[in-house]
Amino acid sequence: MPFDPTIATVRFGTGLSPLIAGPVSAEAMLAALTGPDLTAAEWPIPTYPALAPDAGAMRTLIRARNQARAEGQAARVAALEADVKATRNANREIGAAAFVTTLIRGAVTTDVLRERLTAFWADHFTVKATQGAIRHLVTPYVEEAIRPRVAGRFADLLRAAVTHPMMLLYLNQSASVGPTSRAANGGRRGLNENLARELLELHTIGVGAAYGQDDVRELAELLTGLSVDSAGAFGFDPRKAEPGAETVLGVTYGEAATLENVVAALDDIAVHPATAQHIAHKLAVHFVADTPDPALVDALAATFAETGGDLAAVYATMLAHPAAWAPERAKVKPPVAYLTSALRALAVPPQVLTGLARRDRIVTLERPLRIMGQDWENPLGPNGWPEDAAAWITPQGMAGRIDWALSVPEILRPDLPDPRDFVRDALGDTAPEAVIFAAGAAQTRAEGVAMVLSSPAFQRR
Amino acid sequence: MDRRRFLLTGAALGCSAAASPLLTPVAFASAPWDNRLVVIILRGAMDGLDAVRPLGDANWAGLRPTLGSEPGPDLTGFFGLHPALAPLLPLWTAGEVGFAHAVSTPYRDKRSHFDGQDILEAGVAGLDGGLRDGWLNRLMQTVPGIAAETAYALGREQLLILTGAAPVAAWSPEARLRLSAQTRDLIELVQHDDALFRGASAEALAIVDAIADSDAADATAAAMAEDPMMAEIPQGGEHVKLAAFAAARLRGDTRIASFSIGGWDTHQNQVNGLARSLTDLTDTILTLKAGLGPVWGKTGVICMTEFGRTARENGTRGTDHGTAGALIYAGGAVHGRQVITDWPGLAEADLYAGRDLLPTRDVRAHAGWMMRGLFGIETGLIESAVFPGLQMGADPGLVL
Repeated sequence: MPFDPTIATVRFGTGLSPLIAGPVSAEAMLAALTGPDLTAAEWPIPTYPALAPDAGAMRTLIRARNQARAEGQAARVAALEADVKATRNANREIGAAAFVTTLIRGAVTTDVLRERLTAFWADHFTVKATQGAIRHLVTPYVEEAIRPRVAGRFADLLRAAVTHPMMLLYLNQSASVGPTSRAANGGRRGLNENLARELLELHTIGVGAAYGQDDVRELAELLTGLSVDSAGAFGFDPRKAEPGAETVLGVTYGEAATLENVVAALDDIAVHPATAQHIAHKLAVHFVADTPDPALVDALAATFAETGGDLAAVYATMLAHPAAWAPERAKVKPPVAYLTSALRALAVPPQVLTGLARRDRIVTLERPLRIMGQDWENPLGPNGWPEDAAAWITPQGMAGRIDWALSVPEILRPDLPDPRDFVRDALGDTAPEAVIFAAGAAQTRAEGVAMVLSSPAFQRR
Repeated sequence: MDRRRFLLTGAALGCSAAASPLLTPVAFASAPWDNRLVVIILRGAMDGLDAVRPLGDANWAGLRPTLGSEPGPDLTGFFGLHPALAPLLPLWTAGEVGFAHAVSTPYRDKRSHFDGQDILEAGVAGLDGGLRDGWLNRLMQTVPGIAAETAYALGREQLLILTGAAPVAAWSPEARLRLSAQTRDLIELVQHDDALFRGASAEALAIVDAIADSDAADATAAAMAEDPMMAEIPQGGEHVKLAAFAAARLRGDTRIASFSIGGWDTHQNQVNGLARSLTDLTDTILTLKAGLGPVWGKTGVICMTEFGRTARENGTRGTDHGTAGALIYAGGAVHGRQVITDWPGLAEADLYAGRDLLPTRDVRAHAGWMMRGLFGIETGLIESAVFPGLQMGADPGLVL
């Protein structure tokens, strides 16, 4: 067993900390992961159902305001406008709190693999807010659908993610109607293929697998009952569901348009051999190398296939594989992970982060992430963020990282550590001589800390 | 082929080569051409049938019962414009905006945004041919000893179209990087043994120095302040910032700039979504024109998207992924005021796969003729090096 505590913390976790001991073995990492989620209990983020009714309330408010506007009731418009603004501000703060809490979890947790897996699967099942009124609900979606299932069966994770209201809204499934269903209203409403396509291309078998337009269309017809009700909750609407059997990847699903048939199809696709290969490759790329050792990918795919997609078993195989412990740090931390590990190495007190005023939060966290290329919860599309090192270490990405490293740590921790100590805090026993020298040669503490945070040794994992 | 591996291969080639030329003070040598090319990628698949509407096609209105209900200006008696493109009418009248219709990349049938964009930016027929780079980068590769600043990739994302072995510059106008000489030395020291990091920082510092040394940004701001069209444009949007930054670079030694505008994936309520994105695009083009000032006369802009959208409106007042669509081109160096097309028709039997506008010309041919016209590059070179395997066909006459 090639376990190495520094690699375990850096490559499979959120980085070294001067306060928090890293995992002592792969078994300990897996035990924490499959045990109770203590980090979430200490740093709670509301789940989607706790907040979604507010999204409905916002829509109701806006509708009422528009109605009042159309009727020319100026006083009522002003009152409702104030309510809309107050609700919008409240929602924005909910979203900001979830963002900051996510960073804090990574910065303080001992259950390091869980934070990484949550981010990985949230990215795999990317959702974006389709309108401002639900922008604060993306993290609550992750909290409800993704986080509790990262060490369970892939089929359960798949079902929770693709039937979640946020996914149904993002990929237009909630608006899709079976062409010959009752809700189609004689062709006035109809099919939308977006979720069905991404489900095959991104979430399960992958774009390289053998499937065609017919599979996409029949899967889209099969999914037509999946709905979001006016309160923002999931529901299966038989009036929208396309009647008749649908054939997807060679398997035909029932005559009746029911949720059971949708689930049966999802369960089959979740354990399809192409899904095992796609997920195995993606995990290896995310954790180990942009071009991973094929033997590692094959081992992960084999465990996935043998266990019917038991993710904890797949991670155990990864942590037992020699290729996962290669000393070369082939991966680059994406910006959110970079910030998280910097906050952890700097031991920034969580209450400093939770106490940031909006403007300070934008200056110290949100805008820097955008310049580094990772606008929070806003990737370009449903394929999420890039993995390859060169996508992040660009001139402007590098400029964003150096700018942050030079200016922000002293705002968040005015009592900056001595850079000569910080080298050890951040890099442990792997600090290169050049970084040790630069930390000591810098003119100020802030510059010395920045040299450590600007080093490839800190930014790779 | 795996998208990520594909991107990595191209980018890894690019960064090692890209880093070194900028380290020498002679990097900003005179460019190989005087004309300028701007390529804007419209990510998400623009609905060409709504942007440039074939009003004269008897089947169009029936396919689009709710879309297109808000009329826009007529262009040719057959084609009309989406109302959100109306601010481009003065340019159309002046011959500085034109369109090509029923065009597409060679990508067919799977209709994936990501594969579609990769194929558009790679400029190849398919993703399984061992490709490594983007077509604008391959154009740069045909010019030996070219300076990195000749071509700029702009914005916070990686642009495959400019990725490859030829050195190019990349920047986001939001970054600052004001460092003392001593801090620079220390960063060089800590990053020295890692070519990826060292190269990125060196490029970043070279760009910052170039911006600080040039008065192009000030000149752009002044030119934009004087342009009456700019009064209508909100200055905060990322697309406007990118266009202003591109204009500033293009007034200097830069000859090629590329960036993308997103938001075209209008599956639902297209009336609102498409108007918003088309407004972003018109703002971008008008910002380029204003910012370029006299250089606008030497500039060609092409706006390309990964594929078109379904001929029929879908069940949610939007459109789904399709095949052929429209290309928008602009600039003082182009021959506008025309809709270039071999129109396939919209009757059921004329549609591709019974659902999409049929492609009648490879969109790469138009891009190729644009480069031929602006830069004088031989068609043989374009067909072999820039778009391998493409037959450019007859000159569609995009450039004056």
